[in-house]
Amino acid sequence: MASKVPMTNGVTQVRIAGFGGQGVILTGMLLGKAASLYDGKEAVFTQSYGPEARGGASSADVVISSEPVDDPLVTNPDILVALFQEAYVRFRPLLREGGMLIVDDELVHADAGETGMHAIPATRMAEALGRRIVANVVVFGYLVGMSGVISRDAAIKAIESTVKPKTYQLNLDAFSAGYERARGDRAS
Amino acid sequence: MGADTKVAGSPRLMVGEHFMLGDHACAEGALAAGLDFFAGYPITPSTEICERLAHRLPQVGGRFVQMEDELGSIAAILGASAAGARSLTATSGPGFSLMMENIGLAVMMEIPCVIVDVMRGSPSTGLPTLVGQGDVFQARWGSHGDYSIVAFSPSSPQECFDLTIRAFNVADQLRIPVFLLMDETIGHMTERVVIPPADQIPRTPRKRPGHAPGEKLFLPFKADGDLIPPMAHAGEGYNVHFTGLTHDERGYPALNAQAHEELVMRLSRKVSAHASEVTLVEEVYLEDAEVVVVTFGCTARSARRAVNLARQRGIKAGLLRAITLWPFPEEHVRRLSESGRVKRFVVPEINLGQVCREVERLTSLPVDRINRAGGAMISPQSIMEVIAA
Repeated sequence: MASKVPMTNGVTQVRIAGFGGQGVILTGMLLGKAASLYDGKEAVFTQSYGPEARGGASSADVVISSEPVDDPLVTNPDILVALFQEAYVRFRPLLREGGMLIVDDELVHADAGETGMHAIPATRMAEALGRRIVANVVVFGYLVGMSGVISRDAAIKAIESTVKPKTYQLNLDAFSAGYERARGDRAS
Repeated sequence: MGADTKVAGSPRLMVGEHFMLGDHACAEGALAAGLDFFAGYPITPSTEICERLAHRLPQVGGRFVQMEDELGSIAAILGASAAGARSLTATSGPGFSLMMENIGLAVMMEIPCVIVDVMRGSPSTGLPTLVGQGDVFQARWGSHGDYSIVAFSPSSPQECFDLTIRAFNVADQLRIPVFLLMDETIGHMTERVVIPPADQIPRTPRKRPGHAPGEKLFLPFKADGDLIPPMAHAGEGYNVHFTGLTHDERGYPALNAQAHEELVMRLSRKVSAHASEVTLVEEVYLEDAEVVVVTFGCTARSARRAVNLARQRGIKAGLLRAITLWPFPEEHVRRLSESGRVKRFVVPEINLGQVCREVERLTSLPVDRINRAGGAMISPQSIMEVIAA
């Protein structure tokens, strides 16, 4: 069972990439906020603002470290989350060697030679919870459970302080579904 | 996007720790400073300042007006400020260009205001969503004629908050327009921002007339020893006359060389006389540095990383960050230049060479420029290579 947090020189670069509406920006926000406000770490969150951002490809970048983060740019992610095919094709070559790749395997068809990939049917799991819209929070739970880059407690505090109170339980359920799935995958 | 951490404090002051966008931190800083009035025309990458204030300012009894354009925006904030309101507008390069005429008017009429320019790739409409740092000289020299202003350059969302407060205080103290020269990277970056309680937020009030309206003759442009005239607000009953023409102490046009010399010299000197109070820098490893990187804004983050990488390689590199871009921190550069220890300056900036010209005129030592037209940050590695060269 892998237990090491993916990082390079004490810094973890995370890129979460999808298309507009999948909630990747919120996922990045939750990750950075959890690290920065509730886990005693330093974090910077940026997002793509390309001309294509409205409705097209969308990505959230988070840099997490125990030291102040001077350089906010994600160049070679230690963790890449790809939630649609184009994101996988575009960003997979940037993933640091030995880095962690997480995909929604119902939306991404990985190359035949892809090894060590972590797959989660997040959209289907969210639908099972009754709301497809929380697929991003399922992914967030899986990312936290699989990488250990932030603590579960910090992640939950970030959700609680960010989402509307009436959707908190739904989001917590989504997070837990992803988190528990990661625990299962790590044990197996 | 993203609701904030639930916090204590008043609606105006969201006391506590936040994970906050730079643009939003600027808006919250303005509210913390007592912002009464915002007029603006949304433009990427400053739009989030507008959005935030459109939502927040009415909550605290302020006024938010979306204007027809940037000419109207700056005119509106000058009017509001003349009536006593702490006033703000926010824009980016194309809108900043449109504001230049009335920036001169603000200088001439000595109306305090804060203007945020979140810099993007330029000239013209350039790169709306991508970073640039090309408006540094425009902030200093953009309106016609000779004058002085103050400009701050934040390197983090926390500084967007802190320096917006400072900008209001300096504007009111000196009766000038003050610029917050942000850049797209800093405006669109989310990081921890701590908002302190009200008693830790400094407020410099405007200097006001020392007597009641009508009690005796008030001369609205008669300066005190600090070169700053007390400010009466429109509608209070003092005799106040504003004009962009050269004017005398009454505020009436005085179209001759002597009046012009006196007025223009005072407007310039009142800033230079207070330069040391408003000049903020960050100094890293300067006590033994032989190569000094002079930097500002988002580029300072790459530069700090580069300096640390250089130190790891045994190179005595240091960093001078101009938090105040205008007045430029001349004395800091001169002292380093004359230290006998510093051998070279390196000036990275996302423009084709602006701050480097300031450094070059202050030193006879070599100045290595690193320039990019815009669209991306300068990488720490590319700065490191020039430091090590």
